[in-house]
Amino acid sequence: MSLFQADQIAVRFGGIRAVDDVTFHVDKGEVFSIIGPNGAGKTTIFNLISRIYNSTSGTLTFDGQDFTKMPPWQVAGIGIARTFQNIELFPNASLLQNLLIGRHCHSRAGFLSQLAFLPSNRRAEIKHREKAEEVIAFLGLQRHRDTLIANLPYGVRKVVELGRALCIEPKLLLLDEPSSGLNVEETEGMGFWIEDIKKDLGITVIMVEHDMALVNQVSDRVMALNYGKVLAMGTPREVQTHPEVVKAYLGGELEDVA
Amino acid sequence: MRYLFRTNYNQDLSLARHGGDYFWYGLLLVIMLIVPLLMGEFYVGELGGVFIFAIAGVGLMLLVGYTGLISLGHAAFLGIGAYVNSVLLAKGVPFVITLPIAGLFTAACGAAIGLPTLRMSGLYLAIATLAFGSIVGTVFQKWSSVTGGFDGFAVPTPTIFGVGLDGATGIYYVSLVVLIFVLWITANILRSPMGRAMVAIRDSEVSAQSMGIHLARYKAIAFAISAGMTGLAGALFAHYVRFLAPDAFDVLLSVQFVTIVFVGGLGSVQGAIFGALFVRLLPQFIAIVRDDLPFGIGRMPGLEPSLFGLVLVLVILFQPGGINGIWQKTKHWFTAFPFKRQTSSRRQKSYAKSERLR
Amino acid sequence: MEDAARLLQLVVNGAAAGCIYGLIALGFVLIYKATEMVNFAQGDVMMIGGFIAYSLIAHWGMNYWVGALLAIAITAAFGFALDAVILRRVIGQPQFAVVMLTLGLGFIFRAGAGITWGYDSVGFNTPFTNKTAKVGLLVLGQDNLSIIVGTLILCGVLYVFFSKTRLGVAMQASSQNQLAAYYMGIPVRTVFSLIWAISAGVAAVAGILLSPVSMLDVNMGFLGIKAFAAAVIGGFGSIPGSLIGGVIVGVVEQLAGYYLPAGFQEVTSNVVLLAMLIVRPQGLFAELSGKRV
Repeated sequence: MSLFQADQIAVRFGGIRAVDDVTFHVDKGEVFSIIGPNGAGKTTIFNLISRIYNSTSGTLTFDGQDFTKMPPWQVAGIGIARTFQNIELFPNASLLQNLLIGRHCHSRAGFLSQLAFLPSNRRAEIKHREKAEEVIAFLGLQRHRDTLIANLPYGVRKVVELGRALCIEPKLLLLDEPSSGLNVEETEGMGFWIEDIKKDLGITVIMVEHDMALVNQVSDRVMALNYGKVLAMGTPREVQTHPEVVKAYLGGELEDVA
Repeated sequence: MRYLFRTNYNQDLSLARHGGDYFWYGLLLVIMLIVPLLMGEFYVGELGGVFIFAIAGVGLMLLVGYTGLISLGHAAFLGIGAYVNSVLLAKGVPFVITLPIAGLFTAACGAAIGLPTLRMSGLYLAIATLAFGSIVGTVFQKWSSVTGGFDGFAVPTPTIFGVGLDGATGIYYVSLVVLIFVLWITANILRSPMGRAMVAIRDSEVSAQSMGIHLARYKAIAFAISAGMTGLAGALFAHYVRFLAPDAFDVLLSVQFVTIVFVGGLGSVQGAIFGALFVRLLPQFIAIVRDDLPFGIGRMPGLEPSLFGLVLVLVILFQPGGINGIWQKTKHWFTAFPFKRQTSSRRQKSYAKSERLR
Repeated sequence: MEDAARLLQLVVNGAAAGCIYGLIALGFVLIYKATEMVNFAQGDVMMIGGFIAYSLIAHWGMNYWVGALLAIAITAAFGFALDAVILRRVIGQPQFAVVMLTLGLGFIFRAGAGITWGYDSVGFNTPFTNKTAKVGLLVLGQDNLSIIVGTLILCGVLYVFFSKTRLGVAMQASSQNQLAAYYMGIPVRTVFSLIWAISAGVAAVAGILLSPVSMLDVNMGFLGIKAFAAAVIGGFGSIPGSLIGGVIVGVVEQLAGYYLPAGFQEVTSNVVLLAMLIVRPQGLFAELSGKRV
């Protein structure tokens, strides 16, 4: 059975169909990439899954549970974490605090227990810290632990955002253009993190990405979108050689020449 | 320069970072405790006033500096706390009960006004709280059967366990205890999931939400706690002024509270205390130099508010870190001496969240 | 019959007051649409405009019309300088920093006006003072009518300016998409300062139109708080919206003052504002959009 299923999902902004009856599923343990030209609706699909946008029609199922109508702040709790295209970290907090905020959905401390910082709250805090330290060790972020995000270079922030998502201990991780703004080496490094996340942590990944080298390196399956519609789905090689995809990327007028 | 060697996660959770902190905080506390023995009634009263404003300042700091929400109506919460406390006292309820009730009731008011208005962006919240403050101010004036209207309300003398607190010293000690309590609560909030949720909301609502943070709930909590602390300050304020005039809780007072937060330095609890010191001492300073100023400026009716305005403008334009920012820089200069470089405290360029050009 | 006339009278008075609120709100909206700032000192800019007109007309004996136009121009220049010197520096700081900055500026303006013009209420003679016009059974003050007519004329001028002139279109473009406007060669910063100038000029018009009805006073800037209600009803986005919002607030306020016990009139605008924010925060006309990620 698939871990995640989107069924005939659609969203309209005014008259524009940003996502138009898209159906796909993601199996447990795979890396599923979504590619497509700018404005194809890739990030919109992420915003639908993380419930920032309401879908006009269709259903979303995760782990056998229909979450099409779930409020956005509950999505982390069922095990879906995400990163953002342009990095949405908390810039005026330290790296460690950012990771600890990622632990929020696991905190059960009561209101009064937090106000008085009862021993139970202290124990919970130490547990969260241990988990955050695991992630710091996993991603090699030790030396930046107490640095404010605003003072970190872009490449490191990208990794921190990945780490914050991992602190949620998700079953499904949504990565929105993990390589954007990174240089070649950093992109390569990001590819290794994603492979490690899949193999060592066993987390299923959906990734929106433009860098085809990265897509080929890590993806099990790829979906190509254009104008909110699915063009092709399959292995990276199948999708890249698919005539519709070639046409969408190179432009329609070249069809005759080819 | 001191390097911290951490061996245990508990170290990061404790309130003081190292032994030196315990020493300095302890020394400060001892000094505060013996001040009434050394100084005259007037100075003790004024320092008590600073404590009261610091309590409200810490409450507002939690809202503005840590949650990123603005309120221009905190004078109303101060007023609600003051009237609830005084009216209950006049009905014979003991002070040890009226004080917490004033805080809790004001917190409830904060939640009640917060829940519907917090869906709005910061700007709308500023406008809404301004309107709320002005409505409450009018209610204080017109609801004369309870507040005494323009005749005012003489605040009964409080007693704690049979000891009457009629002088400035009594209120001074109560204020000190409440201030320490409020600081302790604030520190606890800031090292708990709740405080981190507030910081997350301040920095990015979108991603706070996808981390599982219920925006409306935490905004309302921040608003309620902030209002509650201001209500506690209000209860003490009633005894500080001893006579409640309904027009004391106006927009200008709200602006003074926000000045505490901005001048002290956004996002630092100690900044709230620095700010309270500044806001309480400025009028005293004006009173002292009033006669020496040229052109009769000292006699100008709007002098105090305009000076607050000027200070706000200057701080926002030139020293966004506030007094706390200056304090941190000075500390850094001494600890790093002689390796201080210009770049080490250069302000980070803050980029617009919207895509507007500078 | 008498009741109907009384009611109509109240409505006209309310509409006149509402036009003033609407004009101040218009100033908020122009600046907000362009720079995402709200000028909490807008009411004080109006006060300054009124006082400049007072100086020119009552003090230096200028003709009313010449003095009024000159006062509008001077206040507009003041608005331009305000943006160019101070507010341009804070773009990119948190929104509430801008709120506090303009609030602080408002206090400074009040003090400055107090030093310059004193703290007593003053007034000057206008062609409309203490004259009435008969419309059927109604006896209406020309002062109130002049506010309504003046507002309508100003709105017409602004409409033509924004839709027909090059500069006006450039301003609209800059408000809608700053970056694109910049790439099209529009000097965006200067345009923003010009928008501040227009907004200050509109405030000056409000101050001058108000002067036959109410004395000038250093603290009249508090009218700005009422204008917030107008802007919010209009959804903080549209020029006609803020005017209609202003008229609604003005009329409701007059009716509340007449039909409800004393004390309610003062809070009417604030109650309307809060109710509006709770029930329909996007205003009657405009749409709000969330942040894109």
